[in-house]
Amino acid sequence: MEVLERRAAITGIGQSEVGRRLGRDPMALTVDACLDAIADAGLTRADIDGLSTYPGAMLSGAPGFSGAGITDVQDALRLNLNWYCGGIEFPGQLGAVINACMAVATGLANHVLCFRTVWESTAQGGGRRAGIGAGGGGSFRASGTMQWTLPYGAASAANWIAMMAQRHFHEYGTTREQLAWIALNARRNAARNPKAIYREPLRLEQYLAARIISTPFVLYDCDVPVDGSTAFVVSRRERARDLRSPLIGVEAVGCALHGRPSWDQFDDLTTMALRDAAKMLWTRTDLRPGDVDVAELYDGFSFIALCWLEALGFCRQGEGGAFLEAIARIALDGEIPLNTHGGQLSAGRLHGFGFLHEAVVQLRGEGGERQVAGTPAVAIAGAGGGPLGGCLLLTRG
Amino acid sequence: MADHLTRLLPALTPENQHFWTGGARGRLQLLGCVRCRHLIHPPAPVCPECLSRNLEVAAVSGQGIVHTFTVNHQPWYPGMATPFVVAIVELAEQPGLRLTTNLVNCAVDQVKIGMPVRVLFENRDPVWIPLFEPAF
Ligand SMILES: [Zn+2]
Repeated sequence: MEVLERRAAITGIGQSEVGRRLGRDPMALTVDACLDAIADAGLTRADIDGLSTYPGAMLSGAPGFSGAGITDVQDALRLNLNWYCGGIEFPGQLGAVINACMAVATGLANHVLCFRTVWESTAQGGGRRAGIGAGGGGSFRASGTMQWTLPYGAASAANWIAMMAQRHFHEYGTTREQLAWIALNARRNAARNPKAIYREPLRLEQYLAARIISTPFVLYDCDVPVDGSTAFVVSRRERARDLRSPLIGVEAVGCALHGRPSWDQFDDLTTMALRDAAKMLWTRTDLRPGDVDVAELYDGFSFIALCWLEALGFCRQGEGGAFLEAIARIALDGEIPLNTHGGQLSAGRLHGFGFLHEAVVQLRGEGGERQVAGTPAVAIAGAGGGPLGGCLLLTRG
Repeated sequence: MADHLTRLLPALTPENQHFWTGGARGRLQLLGCVRCRHLIHPPAPVCPECLSRNLEVAAVSGQGIVHTFTVNHQPWYPGMATPFVVAIVELAEQPGLRLTTNLVNCAVDQVKIGMPVRVLFENRDPVWIPLFEPAF
């Protein structure tokens, strides 16, 4: 079997300003990130013949969740596209990048621009995060899958993921003190990232005493909405040789969905759909978890990162708590540095794309103060939680 | 969810009305496969076990156990009374057959995974919301 994604490489990365309540037009952020990525690759817009995004333009949905769609960017940059794809029913947010890998691998495009824009901080204003269905007034009626949770006040993924964490705690004896290290480690790394949102030290006692959102989650288990856009150029390897930036190869992807795509009917609520995506990835490479030098794993809620660590085989299922407790393991100088930019918990909810961006930064050795020592050669980025997940294994060169 | 005014209600459809209105007769109703007796939730037009399309509405006992839960403290919309318990209850009839629900008539710090519960209904015309309470 040829592993087709190995025909693809990440040749450019870009990111807009990232911040709380920037008050900027999300399309302006998108253009900043996209032009940044194209320039980083040493290309011009005339070279871009593919466009890929998550979740695509949305007429409804949470405020600020979708910042720009395919046609917005195609028109703003007057791109000549041979292939494009934007949508939400992907294997996690990074499914948009996996799609791009396949488009260049199969020859439908040479250079695909991938982007993800959020402006949730500005769109949601100064108040607390609203639940799904909020603001609908007395006439709102829940339909589709939401009808099974909204009548019960379970109006946020915080509730749904919290129940998975609680089940993990129950089956495996995982504790809040253990889970805390996802947040504390992220904050330590964010202190070294000038673009991170929260950079002041966070102590275990603060974490344990924080405002409860939905047990066992407190405020620090939940990521921080921001405004920002992240972009990549994914190129066909044979078109990538003489480009400006060091080439980052795609070794393998994981995009499986086997269990029921449901927050409450999934077969094992101590894990999630990412379990199957992670398992698939290792069937497509001879590399093993022990070969990975840096891991950038979705932490929209802290527990999701724990699930990714288990699912990817950095520890066995159920042993995530004990694994995290030895903080030295996931620290910047540990055996598997995790979320080296601060994750979504401290660096901001760039919704999946921030993890892949950081994986490329680390493989290029461009991490500055937060650079993992010893020039990492293999990185993994995984994004998504609950019913969706997707991951990419990357190599330098 | 002590404050009933905060409930968002489901939109009734021909496909879901057996579930959301069965409480009027004290019944927790799901779809069941006539051929293999598999219970199906959420409702679907085909049995996922045997692919039969011969399905019927079936009443279940309303007995179950708490599979997992969370105590929600965050007011997701104005007027939402907190804290309250959101639980996933596994029904007695079939492994893996679960409902997301609220656990009521139980202090929020007394909820335990594995505790036996039984259904009760809260009428919010035109629907009857299945809730669960301890069954000791
Ligand atoms: Zn059947």
